[in-house]
Amino acid sequence: MTARERVAGTVANYVDERTGAAKWMKKNLNKVFPDHWSFLLGEIALYSFIILLLSGTFLTFWFDPSQREVVYEGSYEPLNGIEMSAAYASTLHISFEVRGGLLMRQIHHWAALLFMVAIVVHLLRVYFTGAFRKPREFNWIIGVGLLTLGIVEGFLGYSLPDDLLSGTGVRIAQAIIQALPVVGSYLSFFAFGGEFPGEAFIPRIYTVHVLLLPGIFLALITVHLMLVWYQKHTQYPGPGRTEKNVVGYPLFPVYMAKAGGFFFIVFGVTAFLSAVASINPVWLYGPYTPGQVSAGSQPDWYMGWLDGLVRMAPPIETHAFGHTISWNILIPGLIIPGIMFTGLALYPFIESWISGDKREHHILDRPRNVPNRTALGAMALTFTIVALLNGGNDIIATTFNLTINQMMWFSRIGILVLPPIAFVVTKRLCLSLQRADRDLVLHGRETGTLMRMPSGEFVEIHEPISAEKAWTLTQHEQPVPLELEDTDARGVRRPGAIKNKLRNRMSRAHAVAVPKVNAQDLKEIEHH
Amino acid sequence: MSSELEIIKDPGVPAHIHRQADLDPKAEQKAERQVAILFALSSLGTLLFIYSYTFLSEDLFIFFPILGTTNAKQLFLGLGLAFALFFIGAGAIHWAKTLMPDEEVIAMRHEMRSEDEDRRELIKTAKQGAAAAALGRRSLIKRSLGLSLGLVGLSPLLLLRDLGPLPGKKLETTSWKTGTRLVTDPGDRPIKPSDLEVGAVAQVLPAIKEGGHRALSDIGKDAVLLIRLRQEEFQLDPERLAMTYQGIIAFSKICSHMGCAVALYEQTTKHLLCPCHQSTFDVTRAAKVIFGPSARPLPQLAITVDDEGYLVAQSPFNEPVGPSYWERNSQ
Repeated sequence: MTARERVAGTVANYVDERTGAAKWMKKNLNKVFPDHWSFLLGEIALYSFIILLLSGTFLTFWFDPSQREVVYEGSYEPLNGIEMSAAYASTLHISFEVRGGLLMRQIHHWAALLFMVAIVVHLLRVYFTGAFRKPREFNWIIGVGLLTLGIVEGFLGYSLPDDLLSGTGVRIAQAIIQALPVVGSYLSFFAFGGEFPGEAFIPRIYTVHVLLLPGIFLALITVHLMLVWYQKHTQYPGPGRTEKNVVGYPLFPVYMAKAGGFFFIVFGVTAFLSAVASINPVWLYGPYTPGQVSAGSQPDWYMGWLDGLVRMAPPIETHAFGHTISWNILIPGLIIPGIMFTGLALYPFIESWISGDKREHHILDRPRNVPNRTALGAMALTFTIVALLNGGNDIIATTFNLTINQMMWFSRIGILVLPPIAFVVTKRLCLSLQRADRDLVLHGRETGTLMRMPSGEFVEIHEPISAEKAWTLTQHEQPVPLELEDTDARGVRRPGAIKNKLRNRMSRAHAVAVPKVNAQDLKEIEHH
Repeated sequence: MSSELEIIKDPGVPAHIHRQADLDPKAEQKAERQVAILFALSSLGTLLFIYSYTFLSEDLFIFFPILGTTNAKQLFLGLGLAFALFFIGAGAIHWAKTLMPDEEVIAMRHEMRSEDEDRRELIKTAKQGAAAAALGRRSLIKRSLGLSLGLVGLSPLLLLRDLGPLPGKKLETTSWKTGTRLVTDPGDRPIKPSDLEVGAVAQVLPAIKEGGHRALSDIGKDAVLLIRLRQEEFQLDPERLAMTYQGIIAFSKICSHMGCAVALYEQTTKHLLCPCHQSTFDVTRAAKVIFGPSARPLPQLAITVDDEGYLVAQSPFNEPVGPSYWERNSQ
């Protein structure tokens, strides 16, 4: 035994005698993780969160979360002698006088953007591959919660510097609060400690941004990861992969080295972006004052779709009995997002209700094999993208020499027309891809080699695909539509007949598929 | 149904293909060297970081293609950190991919559902516990506990009451009073009609006493835009026309949609545009909404001149400025 092994043994013994961890550690160090690039998306979100904690802590050492008015006297000449909030002045101090301060601000902001991108793309991966199905519904809901909190946390974060752009964003948030029927103006006065903007808001959101929400994030992320750990990761279909096993690399050392290394890569790329691509140069915007605004005011991208919805809303207000209800704010600002996030959170339950499938699933779906779900996802995505485009309608209009009116009408019509088109097109595409899979399995791969038959006819030589590939393309289950009876055995109408009819219809739509190749098909074709 | 048909057979996990480094000691050494080089590059990154932090001057600007002129210190601090971090990651992953075992292993899953016996035991335990607490029989305890749990939530809610004052009339009132002078923002100079040429725009605020201070929340309600047009360009009813003075018309600058500053004025079309959500108001028709999400015109401030010839407010705003709210009487 070498000296090193003796030390390792002693340490392990010391720890185990005090915690009894050996059994648990032994099992978990050998834990198997399947490998696929799309499984890194959630990791990117996790690592950006750690980067956010580190860079954010650094920023708190100098940031002064106060709306107390000060006169700026610092090294940034253009703003010298100008009145501003202490929050804005300290942000300038971090940017210009603390060495590396600007870099850390940029890293914090880039990491926040990356965090949200990673969450959304991770969500899309989970959605389109059906990874949310039983037993992972809880984790799906936690994920939707993290997405929602991420949007709020990001918004509060970029509001803290109290510059002209962020203050304008806060003004809009205040108008949404104020538009709530009955309680709106009260809630607004409570949130802002009086009239907008007041002097209470920045210190308050600071506490929420650096303590309350990160705490909730930590708790939710912990549960999210523990569930992934406990339920074991899903895997893509392939040879040897079944619902009962998991094929991949052991945690120690391969997966640890890869995941740990990947953290440094994500951090490195964030630092690189921060070094070369400047975002949110708050010193150019100037301090916030409600009487000014800069043209082309844009929120960060994850708020952009909300702003886009607000921009395209028709000018409808109800004026009655001495009260005002702003539908032009409530519908795009609260009601539509509320419906979208509720639908997102409930989707696993809706799908399982439609398909009647209550079993566990650990093998992921190829999106083409579940056309309805894929098409629905494409539809929701199209809706959000049109809204996001309209959030930048002024920028797009000036860039492409369009009028703002053209942009707005494109969005107003597009948001209603394009999503259904996306649904139909995606569903057709999925079925076509299924057909292509079927052809591939039955007739093999086109080799590109032409052969001339004795009769003079040219034919292309097809090569049979490998057994592994044939399995991957045919391993999926094809859903069977529900057949709920309207009447029971004695011909009496069952309660909820309309509900059942609807469920039957949706289930039939969900089960539409091109029949996959089975062993008999293959045998038949061999006889030709 | 597909389940009745025989499906194509699963060929099982494909045989493992060894990497070069597994078979050839030379390739193994080469991979080891590569990993070491990557880690060394990371150390160079850290050195660049330390050098930039300590020695580079704050006001050194250098030109880079694509990036343009950038601050050297910021750039090299960032690049140093980026390399230092990135190459640790690259080294670790290269190590894992070339030298650590790459044979896939298979682990079995277990169903999430507990064993039936455990589930029965749990139900039994829960029932026993409930029976021991005897909540079912002790309805007095149950009800009083329910009541106090319901009430205890009120205290934290009540504690939030002092977050802010009640709105009162604050959303309806501004600092504009009859006779308040209009002063430039910035500059605080009173304005005579002759200061504004036809086509000119000015942002104004109500005058305050010498050495006084304006709170941002006042500016958020008081900001007003003055626009001067030729008298004949207006299409106003007599009541609204009387609120103008020699072709000068005054509107609240706070958008009636969500409260942004309506800061863009198109001189040719005489439209005011809010850059936040593109609500567009026609100045010649009393700021009527002609496009965008806003549902109400901008409130108009009646103006005139005082004895000294300076522009003043004829009267306060006759409706609340800014975005809508429940208590607003908009009829």
